[in-house]
Amino acid sequence: MNALIVAPVVVPLLTLLLGITFRPRHAMVKAISVVGAIVLVLVGLRLVVLAGADVVLAAQLGGWQAPYGINLVIDRLSAAMVAITGVIGLATVLYGMVREGDPDVLRNFHLFVHGLLAGVCGAFITADVFNLYVWFEVLLIGSFALIALGGGRRRLAGTMTYLVLNLLATLVFLLSAGLIYSATGTLNMGELGLIFRAGEAPPAATLAVLMMLLSFAIKAALFPVFGWLPASYHVAWTPVSALFAGLLTKVGVYALIRLVTLMWPQYGDVHEVLLWVACATMLVGVLGAAAQNEVRRILSFHIVSQVGYMILGLALATPLAIAGAVFYLIHHIVVKANLFFIGGLAARLTGSERLAAMGGLYAKAPWLAILFAIPALSLAGIPPLSGFWAKFVLVKASLADGFWWAAGVALLTGIFTLLSMSKIWNETFLKAHPKGEQAIRPVEGMRGAWWAISSLALLTVLIGLGAGPVMDYAIAAAGQLAEPAAYFEAITHRGGR
Amino acid sequence: MELLAALTAGGLAGIGMWLLLDRNLIRVVLGVAILGNAINLGVLTAGRFAGDEAAFVTATTVPADPANPLPQALVLTAIVIGFGLFAFALAVLKSVRESHGITTTDSVTEVTEEPAPDVDEPGFPSGQDDEDRVHARGRKG
Repeated sequence: MNALIVAPVVVPLLTLLLGITFRPRHAMVKAISVVGAIVLVLVGLRLVVLAGADVVLAAQLGGWQAPYGINLVIDRLSAAMVAITGVIGLATVLYGMVREGDPDVLRNFHLFVHGLLAGVCGAFITADVFNLYVWFEVLLIGSFALIALGGGRRRLAGTMTYLVLNLLATLVFLLSAGLIYSATGTLNMGELGLIFRAGEAPPAATLAVLMMLLSFAIKAALFPVFGWLPASYHVAWTPVSALFAGLLTKVGVYALIRLVTLMWPQYGDVHEVLLWVACATMLVGVLGAAAQNEVRRILSFHIVSQVGYMILGLALATPLAIAGAVFYLIHHIVVKANLFFIGGLAARLTGSERLAAMGGLYAKAPWLAILFAIPALSLAGIPPLSGFWAKFVLVKASLADGFWWAAGVALLTGIFTLLSMSKIWNETFLKAHPKGEQAIRPVEGMRGAWWAISSLALLTVLIGLGAGPVMDYAIAAAGQLAEPAAYFEAITHRGGR
Repeated sequence: MELLAALTAGGLAGIGMWLLLDRNLIRVVLGVAILGNAINLGVLTAGRFAGDEAAFVTATTVPADPANPLPQALVLTAIVIGFGLFAFALAVLKSVRESHGITTTDSVTEVTEEPAPDVDEPGFPSGQDDEDRVHARGRKG
């Protein structure tokens, strides 16, 4: 049991170490990387199965009782996040199996991806605020190395933006962790949750937690602190931006969901602010996308707008809304990463990612067109794909609470999303290529990319068709978030507050 | 003592923020470093400076007036991480300044907003493309 709870972190770290050990042998490193990612997926699936049977894994690291030791807790939400992280990690390393390019850079790519996955998984399973900070730093270091990978003028400039603003967010996080400790004497999430739920939190602690929420908001790219994301995601290599698009902002969203549900289970002032922020994020993101004319820039702005939906669910604070946010999180990671992968493959076929210089793919690569249509329609919320159910639940939850304007914003954003997706569709697939049909070159040595794209598309369809079981899982996850017994247990065992 | 440390942390954070708002990239990176150190000091101060002895319990002795070890452990972690990230930031800074002639935040924005180059694949990691070298030479010359 104890081995399984640390497996989400140990597997990527072990993969990384093995990769470093065999670093001169590139083929070996790639094999290790794929095997490591597959093992991570299996660990995630095992955790989901356990969590589905209402087993909540909890451990005290090093045998130190909470709150002195660091707690790890894997509930339904954490298990689902670990599984989906494994899936996106596997798709990313598969896409990274290209033949051309600087071999050293391609090798390093695999190493850094696993470093980043360790940080992401760690953030999903920890129940300690400072430990969360450390995992954020681990994933940040991996992401810095990945975004700068390959170098070049445009990319390093984007790295600079990404670097400075993310460092700033992490520093705000560190400061707020210190202040929370100073005001409450604990960094254990369960103990903090008990203090806040009992209404015993001193004002300084509330202020410090709000500051921490601000740093998560920067990470999650919420309005008005999303500027760094569309300014940097489009400069990286395709699988890197897909990995970032799928996972990184969602770590921020996860942290927001975790802390807000832990500390304020009922609708309150914090939720009210989040509700406005969510609506502004949805609208500004989708309108920003409308002004763009490169595939990945459009998609980057859509990340911002989609994060707004998840925060909408969190802000409404009803069990149904939280379940909707969890469902949205799972659906979005798969769909968004896939769209970035497809954008990269389309750009490789047509020779550019500027919409004006693309075209003709519908005739030349009909399979890619179908594979694009699935996540694109899902993103916009067309039934029966996964995005429809996610949006349906959120709109239903807002109407049930009387927030008709929030439901209106969500639906309007959906329409604009569809417009953006049809823009990409028209320009990339339907329109003839500006340089003629012969400009479209066949790609070779990208079999991994096709595997990654088709399996993620299949997953989108499966989540859509099997929306019932997934939604049941999400509703149960929301129940656990409202009543996080595992978080409190470690504290109350001690005699507690 | 806490007051003095808190004021120092606040002053350093102010200097760090001021540098961060500068156009010059060197100052921005230095600002991040100073802000990081200010926050480290702030976290240490937030744990209070009670106790004079090291909180080191042996089989025979328990210190009578131990210092709080937790903030020290937190800050130690943060210093190590901060150092690594600062080194990386300096490496990126050196590269964008010397190889690509980008010295201000404005030029960073300008370059990232350039339309995507026509390549085999966006950002395919084949090292620097020719356009880069031309730019670097142009700026240096």
